[in-house]
Amino acid sequence: MIRLAVISGKGGTGKTIITATLPHLLHQDMILADCDVDAANLGILLAPKRIHTEPFYGMKAAVIDPDLCTRCGLCFDHCRFHAVDPGDQHFRISPIRCEGCGVCSYVCPADAIRTEPRICGEICLSSTAVGTLAHGRLQPGSGNSGLLVHAVKKTAFGKVQKEDLFLIDGPPGTGCPLISTITGMDAVLVVTEPSVSGLHDLKRVIAVARQYAKRIFVTINRFDLDESMARSIELWCTQEGIPVLGKIPFDPAVIEAVRNCRPVTGPATSMAAQAIQALAAKIEQELKVP
Amino acid sequence: MKIAVASGKGGTGKTMVAANLALVVSQSCEVTLVDCDVEEPNLHLFFGGAAATTDVTVPVPVFDLQSCDKCGKCGGFCQYGAITVLPDRILFFPELCHSCGGCTLVCPKGAIHEEPARIGQVTIVHPSPWLTLITGTLDEGKPHATPVIRAAKDMSRDAGIVICDASPGTACPVVETLDGCDACILVTESTPFGLHDLHLAAEVADRLGVPSGVVINRSDGQDKKTLEFCATHELPVLMTIPFDRMTATIQNRGGLISRQSPEWQGRFAELFARCHNLIRGSQ
Repeated sequence: MIRLAVISGKGGTGKTIITATLPHLLHQDMILADCDVDAANLGILLAPKRIHTEPFYGMKAAVIDPDLCTRCGLCFDHCRFHAVDPGDQHFRISPIRCEGCGVCSYVCPADAIRTEPRICGEICLSSTAVGTLAHGRLQPGSGNSGLLVHAVKKTAFGKVQKEDLFLIDGPPGTGCPLISTITGMDAVLVVTEPSVSGLHDLKRVIAVARQYAKRIFVTINRFDLDESMARSIELWCTQEGIPVLGKIPFDPAVIEAVRNCRPVTGPATSMAAQAIQALAAKIEQELKVP
Repeated sequence: MKIAVASGKGGTGKTMVAANLALVVSQSCEVTLVDCDVEEPNLHLFFGGAAATTDVTVPVPVFDLQSCDKCGKCGGFCQYGAITVLPDRILFFPELCHSCGGCTLVCPKGAIHEEPARIGQVTIVHPSPWLTLITGTLDEGKPHATPVIRAAKDMSRDAGIVICDASPGTACPVVETLDGCDACILVTESTPFGLHDLHLAAEVADRLGVPSGVVINRSDGQDKKTLEFCATHELPVLMTIPFDRMTATIQNRGGLISRQSPEWQGRFAELFARCHNLIRGSQ
């Protein structure tokens, strides 16, 4: 099985719409995962039917028992995450800041602090017309997004039977959720856009991807919004030995498709649909998906 | 006064709003713009000036193998799986370490001390007399963004008006950015993606008790669902920016619309006034 993650560095370049469209064009059995767990949108385009949902437990969280607490302040002094609030009446731990390290509980002389499991979101498995989809939902404001990405990937792997492709819609950025997403991938497809921000973020995410993924491809979305900028991106990719697998034009049909909650597979006259079709063919060729 | 610019969904125009707002406000008072999107910081692409850079470090454990008797207490205590004690050596995985200091506390032999390890940097530029830009940058391949965000925000402590540009998403980097802010501008676009993620981002601001308002960007007039959502959730719409290829081109090349157009200067000045009202209304 080939494992491919669609990522971008910069947000809003079109990762999700491309990821949702590819399964309709790649004629493979596949399993999908939405690893953009704190703003998961792949499901919006794939009309998933929920098969299974389970709670996602992140790192444990510390809780102070006000009856035992002597307000000595040792927990406050030792917490590196500024999670202990001395309050007016009682010391309490901010669940949003606590990273579950357990130091407060260790230093407390009154044995007043314990760490408890905490639900930070959910892990879901759904069926869609193009394959099984594993996805997650992080509670807004929770940490642990890298852990949830790992759990979503594990859920997807657990369902693999004889699929040829594992396709992931990744998160933006370069930090822990992205690293968790691309770890162990055979290839990443980086979606960029012709802007100074697009190129800057592309360079950074590729520097990270090189540490974790075997093969890297680029596609330039909305390339005709600034063709000279698009050429600069292509030039840089050529210099770096990274194949640009396709360029997708700006096309109001894409916004229409998203508004109607469907991929861009509509009328063949749509310029973007044709370009994504060509991109899919090149991906197949490059990855030699059987 | 501290204003955060966030969005949930990426690429909705947070950076554009933060940059233009800071530029316009800095014509009449001192402004510090903080790029808290440390995984992919972009504000520096829109402003020039000589840069001063300092390292951001986090403390990580160093093991003295002479005094260590491989008892394994450190590895047992670490909640992040960053330490594995073997009979003949210790494996330490810095990318898993959260720098909590627990291992040094529990070591009965005093064999662990901490040393700073670089994970990123903070850069300060002064593009104009009343404008300071502080950029946090996470080193490529490093996972933990929040210490870099904290370092960048800490440097802005003394300035009058602070504008913080958040990363996309709704997880810990966004919480770290919004923490301590007086108001939050949520930038969205009128698509199901934009609306879905606006909902989540508004929930984060609400959980943190930061009053927020909405900027609708790249509007093509079909904003009905977004406007309905804002009305139901009592989120004021602070500004609507129409889609325009010319505006996109200026932005794509590193330009700012309010640098060239008095009309946009006026509109961003109005946005600032509305942020003021947002804070006043919440008090």
